[in-house]
Amino acid sequence: MKTINQKGWFFVLPVLILVAFNALIPLMTVVNYSVQETFGNNQFFWQGLDWFENVLRSERFHGALGRQALFTATILAIEIPLGVGIALAMPRKGFWVPICLVLMALPLLIPWNVVGAMWNIFTLPDIGLAGYVLNNVLGIEYDMTQNAFAAWTTIIVMDVWHWTSLVVLLAYAGIISIPDPYYQAAKIDGASSWAVFRHIQLPKMNKVLTIAILLRFMDSFNIYTEPFVLTGGGPGNSTTLLSIDLVKTALGQFDLGPAAAMSLIYFAVTLLVSWLFYTIMTKDDK
Amino acid sequence: MKYRAIVPTLYIIFLMLPIYWLIAMSFKTTNEILGGFSLFPEKFTFENYMVIFTDPSWYWGYINSIIYVSLNTVISLAAALPAAYAFSRFRFMGDKHLFFWLLTNRMAPAAVFALPFFQLYSAVGIFDTHLAVALAHALFNIPLAVWILEGFMSGVPKELDETAYVDGYSFPAFFVQVFIPTIKAGIGVTAFFCFMFSWVELLLAKTLTAVAAKPIAAVMTKTSSSAGFELGLLAAAGVLTIIPGAIVIYFVRNYIAKGFALGRV
Repeated sequence: MKTINQKGWFFVLPVLILVAFNALIPLMTVVNYSVQETFGNNQFFWQGLDWFENVLRSERFHGALGRQALFTATILAIEIPLGVGIALAMPRKGFWVPICLVLMALPLLIPWNVVGAMWNIFTLPDIGLAGYVLNNVLGIEYDMTQNAFAAWTTIIVMDVWHWTSLVVLLAYAGIISIPDPYYQAAKIDGASSWAVFRHIQLPKMNKVLTIAILLRFMDSFNIYTEPFVLTGGGPGNSTTLLSIDLVKTALGQFDLGPAAAMSLIYFAVTLLVSWLFYTIMTKDDK
Repeated sequence: MKYRAIVPTLYIIFLMLPIYWLIAMSFKTTNEILGGFSLFPEKFTFENYMVIFTDPSWYWGYINSIIYVSLNTVISLAAALPAAYAFSRFRFMGDKHLFFWLLTNRMAPAAVFALPFFQLYSAVGIFDTHLAVALAHALFNIPLAVWILEGFMSGVPKELDETAYVDGYSFPAFFVQVFIPTIKAGIGVTAFFCFMFSWVELLLAKTLTAVAAKPIAAVMTKTSSSAGFELGLLAAAGVLTIIPGAIVIYFVRNYIAKGFALGRV
């Protein structure tokens, strides 16, 4: 049992100050921009909620949001089951364990722009390994600067390459924490490997999988650098995800008002979905 | 048992292919890269690496990155330790809401904050310093650090605290001498995560720096502007960014599996 102690606030104070400085002031700046119009020269005019209305009605925002939702749903649908599957197939002890873990963790620590650049080099049609093999050995026409489908496949494969390991490591940590007697009991009962997975391993992974899904949702929804370096949002607008569109509006065209309104809507969507995940997945904890 | 090894093996091969290609590229000359396809470097060259090691604007990129990442890890841990302790031991007004509010900062898209951060840090006068990047990265690392540490601390029985007070420890003495050593695995894992997310982030780091604290990720963009597209140089710079991460993983390899459970399981 935790004791009720208002002194807790003192302990939290440094975090509060740091995060408030970092989060509240910039957030207020964004709110401020979102209700004003500027023509440069630091002159601002009251605009009210027009920007929000514009953004919510604009085809461009709908397109970006749709692509973003499709991207996030696809990578979650691939990475979570794949990660759990790989974690289940991993050896539980022995010589190979640390080697597997270190090799698998490697993509997680590569700077995001390097990930983009690496995949760019890897998939160049005639001189990249993947591009060359696809085009010249397998005979599949592949050029992601021309073909939207190729570009999509590439950013999804890249994300799977980049982040599945996080799910593997989290799921693996859940699996190895299960004590041996659980398995012995299951064996005595003659449980099938599916039953073992469903009734022993999955419940034990529940918490780490919550973390995995939340982290993967938040990070994939905010993804910017990798697809920007890899495809630049193209060909056309086909891989312009939300963040890329936002940066184009804010820094490229310097439309601060619409960009700020879009930021707030974007943030609200992320928040809402995360809160839903969080509430649904932690409701059995109490 | 043997068949099961196929899955992780295939997965690791898939992970290694692009990395292999990056390494292979980094040892090729620009002519060879653009000249056609070759699986191995034909003329093995260290030229790309020599450029990076002899040009200060290149190697300072690495030094800058390492400085702000270390600074960020220290700031995040120092702030998160007491907060995580409070969340794991006390109930206080608004604690649950506060915890979720902290997490929401992890959800904020960096793209949203890039411009306001630029203005805020310029106004405070720390634009283009390592501190600016370290503080900006604290926005998403502190919530994560609190979350991870809280998990580890909740795994430590409360009796430890009570026994220590009976033994006559004051709170600060208990915290530093007893509690921190108990959860040092957790602190290691947290430091790993802070390092990881700060090291890989580019957008904020690039926005908040100009010259003095320019991170390696921003330096790398110059390969595409000067003299065409120097793929070999880009590849060599990329390979060098993997090395610090690999070293850090090597140190925490024994904690990775347990640590990723975040002490909660």
